[in-house]
Amino acid sequence: MTAAAPAITPDVVKAHGLSAEEYARVLEIMGREPNITELGIFSVMWSEHCSYKSSRKWLRRLPTTAPWVICGPGENAGVIDIGDGLACVFKMESHNHPSFIEPYQGAATGVGGILRDVFTMGARPIANLNALHFGAPDHPKTRHLVGGVVAGIGGYGNCVGVPTVAGSCDFDPGYNGNILVNAMTVGIARADRIFYAAASGIGNPVVYAGSKTGRDGIHGATMASAEFDDTAEARRPTVQVGDPFTEKLLIEACLELMAEDAIIAIQDMGAAGLTSSSFEMAGKGGVGVEIDLDRVPVREDGMTPYEIMLSESQERMLMVLKPGREDIARRIFEKWELDFAVIGRLTDTGRMVLKARGAVAADLPIAPLSEAAPVYDRPTTPTPRPAVLDAAAVPAPASVMGALETLLSSPDFCSRRWIWDQYDHMVMTDTVERPGGDAAVVRIHGTGRGLAVTTDCNPHYCGAHPKTGGAQAVAESWRNLTAVGARPLAITDNMNFGNPERPEIMGQFADCIEGIREACLALDFPVVSGNVSFYNETNGKGILPTPTIGAIGLIDDLSRRTSVPFKAAGEDIVLIGATMGHLGCSAYLRELHGRRDGAPPPVDLAAERANGDFVRGEIVSGAVTACHDLSDGGLLVAAAEMAMASGLGATLTPPPGAPALHAFAFGEDQGRYLVTTADGPALVSRAEKAGIPATVLGRTGGAELTLKGAGTISVVQLKAAFEGWLPAYMGDGVA
Amino acid sequence: MRARVHVTLKRGVLDPQGKAIGNALKSLGFSGVGDVRQGKYIELEIDETDATRARARVGEMCEKLLANTVIEDYQIDLDQ
Repeated sequence: MTAAAPAITPDVVKAHGLSAEEYARVLEIMGREPNITELGIFSVMWSEHCSYKSSRKWLRRLPTTAPWVICGPGENAGVIDIGDGLACVFKMESHNHPSFIEPYQGAATGVGGILRDVFTMGARPIANLNALHFGAPDHPKTRHLVGGVVAGIGGYGNCVGVPTVAGSCDFDPGYNGNILVNAMTVGIARADRIFYAAASGIGNPVVYAGSKTGRDGIHGATMASAEFDDTAEARRPTVQVGDPFTEKLLIEACLELMAEDAIIAIQDMGAAGLTSSSFEMAGKGGVGVEIDLDRVPVREDGMTPYEIMLSESQERMLMVLKPGREDIARRIFEKWELDFAVIGRLTDTGRMVLKARGAVAADLPIAPLSEAAPVYDRPTTPTPRPAVLDAAAVPAPASVMGALETLLSSPDFCSRRWIWDQYDHMVMTDTVERPGGDAAVVRIHGTGRGLAVTTDCNPHYCGAHPKTGGAQAVAESWRNLTAVGARPLAITDNMNFGNPERPEIMGQFADCIEGIREACLALDFPVVSGNVSFYNETNGKGILPTPTIGAIGLIDDLSRRTSVPFKAAGEDIVLIGATMGHLGCSAYLRELHGRRDGAPPPVDLAAERANGDFVRGEIVSGAVTACHDLSDGGLLVAAAEMAMASGLGATLTPPPGAPALHAFAFGEDQGRYLVTTADGPALVSRAEKAGIPATVLGRTGGAELTLKGAGTISVVQLKAAFEGWLPAYMGDGVA
Repeated sequence: MRARVHVTLKRGVLDPQGKAIGNALKSLGFSGVGDVRQGKYIELEIDETDATRARARVGEMCEKLLANTVIEDYQIDLDQ
């Protein structure tokens, strides 16, 4: 280091987010005082974002294996076998903090980052999804954030040429100070050609490819590990700016190189950039690495080793190549107009040695730094158990159909068309089921098979009863996939929580994990990748616990699938699953009565599985013409969605013994589906034989939705309510 | 009074558009061009005669609308 290097004072240590105990461990590992570059490296490697120090203990509890799992958590993304020699590679990751500070670029670079995680492993990205949570619509920042985030996702995804096919979006005051932007990418690779991060082969070249390194986003990983306070606006770290056109070139260059026999290990430079990518590659391979920082392509003059190592410039890759393959790789990357440089080699020292201007800029042991990364068993306090709400104690609305109209025009239920109209959801021409259904369906190119993809989480359930909420998120994603006729295969989890140093937050986290675990086990639905985002908290107030689940299912024959719209008049409508009229934590309670109390609906995983397996069987056999799973909003909202999607009405009659009309209409009992079929009684009798609750509720037809005892409303009127709110809110005007 | 405002990306922030311009110049045969950075230029007529007040008002406009101060800087020039 030069003489001008800053001294390592306690303030400098603190500014790097290291506690006194953690710094003592740094001194022990180094055997001396670290210089500023070394301190920076420790700081990012031991940040919550990179080390999972608060969550690791709990994440270990998740089921991660199944016969079809090729690679579980720990790599850039999860990999599952989808038959025909192909694998599906997918992961979801948060970009919450950057998106709050600069919504367009924050969301855009979130998409870019998750794309890289997937193509790093050798997969061509075929679909993007996004789960968004914003603050209250009347909060002064919300409109600006919605506009920026949606434009950023569209801007990046559309330019890079990968369709954005599905997602979710909701609003709650709990996200006023911390929005959530969870981005997911799904890719397809040859199952025998998956690329991993573990480096090997002493002397092998370490190669840098992609964009140049600039001074952007330095210490982003540390920012994502600190809660906001009022100075966050003033602190304003340099936000990264993404370049989707470079990303597109990087995808093509990497996939082209991957077809050659040249790559030993590959890792994208995401959070903590060159530091975490080189550490992970060397650490996983049990080797050392020597890097000459003077050879790193830089955008600006005078960048210090500290800045080069911690920069979060986008669209960059680090690779270890087989010896003698540098020229092939260089030709490919230069053809795609990308920077390419051999910046170092692997060593047998087990150390990371960085050189700059002929001197050693940093020298750290790799294994001790990774192994000594702090793991915390943080105290947990369970969330107080909410009382189960008796449906009889919840007032009925003046008009059930009026309540339906209110729900459909509310921020959480209205049409998301304004959002997905900004996304290219058709590029690559394999999108079979577009946004707006239960799950999007993407054809596996050139085949008659498809992948169903979805994201889910009900933060209200998770807030009231984290374990039930965690299980429900998994169950609902499983149900979404089932409702299009897919076999659910695996999930990725994106855990968004407040400050883990507070026991009640850690209690939410632990319980959500437990719920996810139970549901994954019961549904044979392993977790193959994931991401944890803590410190989603402003001035001591955390977000609602939000474990977003991204799920993948396989459709073996795309001609045997279903979708939400009613298909024809005169078909029977059958309700599958038991209806108790559970109104605790329901949308009805929130939107009609301004109440958020009660326990969420119980999740009976055995019934969930039995009902779903039955419905899938009926879909695959061809008996079902339309299918929609029931979730928040309940039965009448689902029926209205089927009607609106088709323009066809329906008449429904509550069966004998149904709960009170409003509880029947809006109760959120789990494990249920509405299906249409030519012969309802036959389907019900097959269900009865299988021990599945099923009832014929009515018939499709006409231009109105009628619920006997509650009244009638025209589908046109429902649609007007449904389509109006979001465009009006965003100021696009509806005449 | 007329205010002329230049809005540019902050130093160190990646400028994909500038990069594209640089590449295009190079492919057209313009040699010797180094880093290219681009921005936008805004002209405003404001009913103000006092330069200090004008600068303050335009500064506020920049902070609130004209520039995204998270990633952009602005420079204000005034013509009497």
